[in-house]
Amino acid sequence: MAKEVSPGVLALRKVVEDVYADARKAHAEGRLVGWSSSKFPCELAAAFDLDVMYPENQAAGIAANRDGEIMCKAAEDLGFDNDICGYARISLAYAAGKRASRKVDFETGEYVINPNSGKPLKDENGKVVIDPETGKPKKDPKTMQPYTVLDDIYEIEALPEGREKELRKAAIKPYRQMQMPQPDFVLCCNNICNCMTKWYENIARMRNIPLIMIDIPYNNTVDVHDTNVAYVRAQFDHAIHQLEELTGKKFDEKKFEEACANANRTAQAWLRVCDYLQYKPAPYSGFDLFNHMADVVTARGRVAAAEAFELLEKDLAEAVKVGKTTTPFPEQYRVMFEGIPCWPKLPNLFKPLKEHGVNVTAVVYAPAFGFVYNNMDEMVRAYYKAPNSVCIEQGVAWREGICRDNKVDGVLVHYNRSCKPWSGYMAEMQRRFTEDLGVPCAGFDGDQADPRNFNEAQYETRVQGLVEAMEANKAAKEG
Amino acid sequence: MSIEVMLKEFAEASAHPYRLIKEYKAQGKKVIGVLPYYAPEELVYAAGMVPMGIWGSNSKTISMAKEYCATFYCTIAQLALEMLLDGTLDDLDGIITPTICDTLRPMSQNFRVAMEGKLPCIFLAHPQQRKPAFGLQFTMDQYQHIKTELEKISGSAITDDALRNAIKVYNRSRAARREFVKLAGEHPDVISAVNRSAVLRSAWFMLKDEHTAKLEELNAELKKLPACNWKGKKVLTSGIICDNPKLLQIFDDNQIAIVADDVAHESRPIRVDAAETGDPMMALAQQFADQDYDVLLYDEFSNQNRRADFVVKQIKDSGAQGLVLFMQQFCDPEEMEYPYLKKALDEAGIPHIKLGVDQQMRDFGQASTAIQAFADVL
Repeated sequence: MAKEVSPGVLALRKVVEDVYADARKAHAEGRLVGWSSSKFPCELAAAFDLDVMYPENQAAGIAANRDGEIMCKAAEDLGFDNDICGYARISLAYAAGKRASRKVDFETGEYVINPNSGKPLKDENGKVVIDPETGKPKKDPKTMQPYTVLDDIYEIEALPEGREKELRKAAIKPYRQMQMPQPDFVLCCNNICNCMTKWYENIARMRNIPLIMIDIPYNNTVDVHDTNVAYVRAQFDHAIHQLEELTGKKFDEKKFEEACANANRTAQAWLRVCDYLQYKPAPYSGFDLFNHMADVVTARGRVAAAEAFELLEKDLAEAVKVGKTTTPFPEQYRVMFEGIPCWPKLPNLFKPLKEHGVNVTAVVYAPAFGFVYNNMDEMVRAYYKAPNSVCIEQGVAWREGICRDNKVDGVLVHYNRSCKPWSGYMAEMQRRFTEDLGVPCAGFDGDQADPRNFNEAQYETRVQGLVEAMEANKAAKEG
Repeated sequence: MSIEVMLKEFAEASAHPYRLIKEYKAQGKKVIGVLPYYAPEELVYAAGMVPMGIWGSNSKTISMAKEYCATFYCTIAQLALEMLLDGTLDDLDGIITPTICDTLRPMSQNFRVAMEGKLPCIFLAHPQQRKPAFGLQFTMDQYQHIKTELEKISGSAITDDALRNAIKVYNRSRAARREFVKLAGEHPDVISAVNRSAVLRSAWFMLKDEHTAKLEELNAELKKLPACNWKGKKVLTSGIICDNPKLLQIFDDNQIAIVADDVAHESRPIRVDAAETGDPMMALAQQFADQDYDVLLYDEFSNQNRRADFVVKQIKDSGAQGLVLFMQQFCDPEEMEYPYLKKALDEAGIPHIKLGVDQQMRDFGQASTAIQAFADVL
């Protein structure tokens, strides 16, 4: 049964589609398009009316579209080690011109269908149709896909005009993340990680384009010291100056203020949407928040994003009022999902949770993207607090706050091979969660983008273990 | 003193840092552990304390640190934590924990949590925008914090004069080490790869004036030697660290001389000096700003390939025939810069080999075969 999609969710989807479409249009019209790290202050680029794309969001999308592995491998062929962040590998391969494409038969011009793809064909009663010849389920031809092959836009560009060139151009996969324009400049903020610094330097080198850098050093205290604020504040001014040179325009204070107002409004609506997970049972699954991340990342400075979140908020208020939920199973346990999900394996992540009635009612992204501020210095402080730039006390406080508010029974921890800073003090955090909240934790190994680093059997065992521990906890509480 | 005797002394210091810690403590000195990278050791020296480099270990096994670290973390950082946990470094009076890479960022928290109530951990976050005025100011702010924390441990203020003196001591040490690297490259018949490493490594453990005095003596002796007619091969080494004597022995066994290096544990931090006059805190900040061509540092001219071009120039200037890259496992900065290093090397027609290493490696059979095969093509 198809999941019911609320007007708010539809609006959020459109916002992201528009961001990509606007950038494609800008590129086609010869205007500048930038690539930005997800927590670069988008308000600065908005003051110059610049179209900006977000490689992290793109990489997540490519991974969710099952092209993470081919793109990661393409980066490895360029010399990037397979221990490097999967997002970075996908993005670097893309920046180098690599694309996931459909295999074409150049004689017929048709795509070559992979016989192993597709879902089983079902009859009018929903039963799987068995092929009498093979005794195996028949495939639904509508769901069968062509083979995926790697192509290179610069190789295609160098081809003489003609049939091959046209076919190869057209064969590049049509989903938006594989159709993102190449960058004319890059905006890097390393509050998330330092890998970002070298990732963006590599892009700047590959494409011979300017890089605008906001460096946010790691912070060891919950408070952001005034000297740290002064350092980052000065970089904002420096970045504005660089953007003026890049665009030949003056910094438009009004547009900047508008973007700030929108970003604040989006962040506040985002936080309120996240807070709906406090209801028991929750009106939706926290997994859905991972999908809405795209809006916070790519469009938080747009009024449409704020409006879409506000619309979703209304949907959720209504759902709570009538006691509805979009979680496709009765909620028996509530957990926090720690870390970035394994995008290529979302269905596999979801499966055992659904089986055991485990709903994700807390994700760290909720507080991590709720940038709310009133002036430039507060904006600096807001951008100073990214998940991987804060000290352990802040990291624990964020998580324990949402665990308490959202009433979780356990914590599922993703040891994300791609993200060293995120997984870096996780063991100690787990100890604190258990000590402070009295909830069990279970960790599993995975990766945000490279499917080769996820072990489904281990994951299922760990979920099983967590469920047993939560069950025992519940039984003990109920006496 | 003969060259041989001096080398033996350096080898002793290099192999037994724990003995040195005990000796310094017996002299009534306080000892501060200094983790990678770019910590301003001058401040420790100026405080009358002994800076002790902590760059992991070639003999320890990760066990207790597993309580804090996932498996996919650099062994240098994990073994540093291991030594803090297993009592090896119990005599330290404090540690400085820089955070310039993605492993050291969260590790700074693990160090602090694991050492709570036991050992003061002094946090350091270098700026990546280190050259503009606001970057220099931030470095000074950070160093001021370190200064204050060190003063708490030593119990007395660090004066400007003491700091200026420390800068002089360190400049002299850096100069002596730079000269040694050059001389070692010119006399590989006398300075083996194993000994070269011991001389440079011991600088992290000995008080710099003591180390420099010995090293200047060694350099003077090396200068007196007749030119060497080296029949073996010459390479430049690159990477974070390559101080394992067993690994370096392979170079010596195969007549491969290390004539220059681009190694974080060896030459990268000694390329530039600090001003000996003016505000000494500013001098240290400026010195950090002047550091360049390093995979760990942001390059504002990032659309160029400056770091790799620099390494190519180093190779040409030193007469090396190829590059040996010690790729530290799970080291993002090194891994991220490899494709462009390779590109520059390939364009310049310089052969190279990439050896995956970590500090838990005990069997060097594969490395030996690879190095031998590489030497054959040079």
